[in-house]
Amino acid sequence: MKKTNDLILQTVTKVISFIIILFSIHLFFAGHYTPGGGFIGGLMTAAALVLLLLAYDIKTLDKILPFDYKLMTAAGLLIAVLTAAGSLLFNVPFFTHAYDYFDLPLLGETSLHTAVLFDIGVYMVVIGITMTIIQTIGESE
Amino acid sequence: MINLPLLPILIPLLAGVILMFFPKRIKAQRTISIISTVATIAASAVLIAEIRQNGIQTLNLGSWPAPFGIPLVSDMLSALLVLTTGIVTLAVIWYSIYYLEDEYERYFYYIAVQFLMVGLNGAFTTGDIFNMFVFFEVFLISSYLLIVLGGKKAQLRESVKYVLINVISSALFVAAVAFLYGVVGTLNMADVSVKIAELNDPGIITVIAIFFLLVFGLKGAIFPLYFWLPGSYHAPPIPVLALFGALLTKVGVYAIMRTYTLFFYHDTGYTHMILGVLALLTIVIGSIGALAYKDVKMIIIYNIIIAVGVILYGVAVMTPDGLEGAVFYLLHDMIIKTALFLLIGIMMAIAGSSHLKSMGGMIKEYPWIGWTYFVAALSLAGIPPLSGFIGKLLIVRGGFDAGEMIGPLIILGSSLIVLYSAMKIFTNGFWGTPKEYTGAKAHLASRLWIPAAVLMVIAIAYGVGAEAVRPFITQAVEPLINPAIYIEAVLKE
Repeated sequence: MKKTNDLILQTVTKVISFIIILFSIHLFFAGHYTPGGGFIGGLMTAAALVLLLLAYDIKTLDKILPFDYKLMTAAGLLIAVLTAAGSLLFNVPFFTHAYDYFDLPLLGETSLHTAVLFDIGVYMVVIGITMTIIQTIGESE
Repeated sequence: MINLPLLPILIPLLAGVILMFFPKRIKAQRTISIISTVATIAASAVLIAEIRQNGIQTLNLGSWPAPFGIPLVSDMLSALLVLTTGIVTLAVIWYSIYYLEDEYERYFYYIAVQFLMVGLNGAFTTGDIFNMFVFFEVFLISSYLLIVLGGKKAQLRESVKYVLINVISSALFVAAVAFLYGVVGTLNMADVSVKIAELNDPGIITVIAIFFLLVFGLKGAIFPLYFWLPGSYHAPPIPVLALFGALLTKVGVYAIMRTYTLFFYHDTGYTHMILGVLALLTIVIGSIGALAYKDVKMIIIYNIIIAVGVILYGVAVMTPDGLEGAVFYLLHDMIIKTALFLLIGIMMAIAGSSHLKSMGGMIKEYPWIGWTYFVAALSLAGIPPLSGFIGKLLIVRGGFDAGEMIGPLIILGSSLIVLYSAMKIFTNGFWGTPKEYTGAKAHLASRLWIPAAVLMVIAIAYGVGAEAVRPFITQAVEPLINPAIYIEAVLKE
């Protein structure tokens, strides 16, 4: 393969990808009451990883983040399903969430919601699926 | 346990997710698949008992009240279909364990089967028309994996067609739901029914009805839209074909049944006339195909098309007898088609080919398989007291009640053709002089026979015990004849 000059891309990526990931985490927590959530947060994190892939290559990304993305998808699904299924224990309809307000140190009065657990599942599934698709397409060449 | 209607969806979903953690460990895959399927069957049996006692079960997911949230609605019809799906899937998994190569099983086969069951049970149970689309997608995506798995040339060719057809029909499905939503402003199926009745404008509703017929007709393979089915179903291996043939077309049939009795019953002169004519044409086309082919797979595949026509004709006449017959025949057909596919799968395993020319005289070495097939063939054609008889009898009677002559006669005529086409396999495959068989899996024949025989026992019990089954079927048909029962159960006005 022809060696390409992508010094600018690589340098920028080192900085930008962290900013994207931070923003995606912000989006993730912004969800529920304001626009955001697990799906869009996951998609944005995956975008940061894809940017890393573009700037470097699959091997480098594997070294930085040695995840099996298929397992990540499965784990995410499991978290999401179990969160929703937790309502079975209390004999309320599936997907019924619980939330309450707690006084946490530093954060003050915070609302803790089981929907966050579900969203973590969604977040992992979205990253897992996106990365599996990209890697499969990339590796077959 | 208010989450009971959910269990047949949740159990295979959890099993599928757990299986995703270790796709390469076949033994664990097989065990967990079987445990999950048995649990699903048990859950749906409990569900049926509950519905029998206390009527339609509904569950408002996330505790959102009825017309706003997504409800699951288990009436007797959907619960019976869920139970039958479980039984069929269990038999196919059991068969797959012996039939499929290890290499095949390692590539997410059991996971796809579990997710297929999630989608099917969901589509049968949901009370929200958009949610039905979502569950359609769930089982379609699993079916894409199942049809392409193995990667033979014919499979790749057919899966391109299959995926294309289904992507187009899914797009049409969303469009149809959007039109419906635009007109009535709700997606809850019971609420849609109420709003359509209030609307008093059959013109636009009729257009949407035809749109839905197009969508579900593509999945269910009715007359002008069946073209993709014989090719696509011919490509994958027998266990997958059995799942597709027994279950996937039947969801389309169920969806037509549901929408045409719950939504679109205001202008039956037009919509149900079209449905009836198409159903009859489907029977005719299916009969021609079943007569024409000498390939065992193709003969049974065209019999799927005939059965779809027969069931939909029962829906189209909209008489209590016709609908009851349709439900009866639908359940019969799911079991008997699976049994037939599994049996011809054994014949193909012995002969090493699916063409009748390469078979003959198998009864000498495999009498049990021969006679099981014989009973299955009689049952398919509807010889009393086997299970196909009662369904067809009720459908034909329903047709005569509605004052039609041609329809019932075509159905009766098609029975002869079904019998001939099924017997063609029996006489050519089992009678005659035995041949030298080269099939690599011939030694598995007796083990493969057990799941098929179990299904046949269930089918025979279903036919002989029709008297005991009848009350369940009658209860299943009640909300179809009188949508108010369904609406009241969901909206609880």
